[in-house]
Amino acid sequence: MTDIAIVDYGMGNLRSVQQALRAVAPEASIEVSGDPAVVARAGRVVFPGQGAMPDCMRELDARGLRAAVLQAARGKPFLGICIGLQMLFEHSAEGNIPGLGILEGSVVRFAADLRDGQGNKLKVPHMGWNQVRQIRPRPEGEDTLAPSPGGEGLGWGSAHGHPLWHGIAQDARFYFVHSYYVQPQDTALVQATSDYPQPFACAVARDNLFAVQFHPEKSQSAGLALLRNFVNWNPV
Amino acid sequence: MLAKRIIPCLDVTAGRVVKGVSFVQLRDAGDPVEIARRYDEQGADELTFLDITASSDDRGILFRIIEQVAEQVFIPLTVGGGVRQVEDVRNLLNAGADKVSINTSAVTNPQLVADAAARYGSQCIVVAIDAKQSAPGKWEVFTHGGRKATGLDAVAWAKKMQSLGAGEILLTSMDRDGQKTGFDLPLTRAVTDALEIPVIASGGAGTLQHLADGVKFGGADAVLAASIFHYGEYTVQQAKQFMAQQGIEVRL
Repeated sequence: MTDIAIVDYGMGNLRSVQQALRAVAPEASIEVSGDPAVVARAGRVVFPGQGAMPDCMRELDARGLRAAVLQAARGKPFLGICIGLQMLFEHSAEGNIPGLGILEGSVVRFAADLRDGQGNKLKVPHMGWNQVRQIRPRPEGEDTLAPSPGGEGLGWGSAHGHPLWHGIAQDARFYFVHSYYVQPQDTALVQATSDYPQPFACAVARDNLFAVQFHPEKSQSAGLALLRNFVNWNPV
Repeated sequence: MLAKRIIPCLDVTAGRVVKGVSFVQLRDAGDPVEIARRYDEQGADELTFLDITASSDDRGILFRIIEQVAEQVFIPLTVGGGVRQVEDVRNLLNAGADKVSINTSAVTNPQLVADAAARYGSQCIVVAIDAKQSAPGKWEVFTHGGRKATGLDAVAWAKKMQSLGAGEILLTSMDRDGQKTGFDLPLTRAVTDALEIPVIASGGAGTLQHLADGVKFGGADAVLAASIFHYGEYTVQQAKQFMAQQGIEVRL
């Protein structure tokens, strides 16, 4: 059985995702596959995406992968990356098309003529390294409290937010390249935001599913840490 | 907020990194895989590899270099030089490039930019523009490693490339390349003001102040440099700390 399947629907290069997963999980069998049966049998599924969402949706269906992706997103550790995050939602302004509808909400474009606080033009695509502000259930100051007796530090599942942030500094920078972003209807799903210049959701999670707008496979040590956390994640 | 990027550039020929002055007088700087790893450790935000000879023999060597780097370095890799058709883009992406830079062929066949962007997405298509000042406030595009004048205006050309689907512009001043006298700031400013997509300033960085000025006065989204890093004058980390002290947002 494949430990980790990277869903290949012919949109772009999945080699970097595979290399990065290999680096954090050298023992795992990792397969880039467009075969629905492989995706269905895999222990974990990574769902990447590049380019334009209408093309991604079309190719996903052309290869008969929709059902396998839907099933994986509902039943096993699942990581969406970039367009692989956007496709999970109901609707995208890119091409005005429906998405997979696993999560409620839509995908919208950054406004034209964005400016930062100093009045400088902000380019679209949003490209480069931006800070990722993890949503943590407890206030910021409490992160510095001493470890509780007998416990492993602060118990990152609670004070440090989602387990996929384990060991990743608050406001660590990740590599982004995108012109559209997601607006989840249920804001409780949001696990992190970035500013451009307004805050937007850059990570969402529900049950066994985690999805990010940035590229962990291209985000050096912070990205590898997130992938390592995903590989070790056992959601209930 | 989004950080300004520092991108070391590795000009590669026959499997070695080299650096010239105004596109000639090449000097050996070392093994590309080793250099790539060093820059990654120093905190480089991306790496750019330019195959400056792009002969068919060298092509295989370049692919092996990119493959090796992509196995060890997990930051975006841009590769350019000798990209003539969509298949070249595909081969480089498959070797491990995240972005492919198109220069001469964008001029001889602009449709290539449109086709490659449509097929693989604008996010992986960089158009490299080599520009030389032709009159005050005017710059002309050159191709073939700076040997051939095109008559094209650099700002208008950059806008056309954006409209065809380029995701980013790598803008090199031929007047400044290798001179270490600083980026051509008016050129950088003119192009970056005219575009919605990010612009990488290139050609001429000789001091850390030059890098900072490319962002502060040129308005660049990223700065690319070779010589100042290759020969150990400065590390990428030093460059970032310097820029941060000047109030520029960087990834430290």
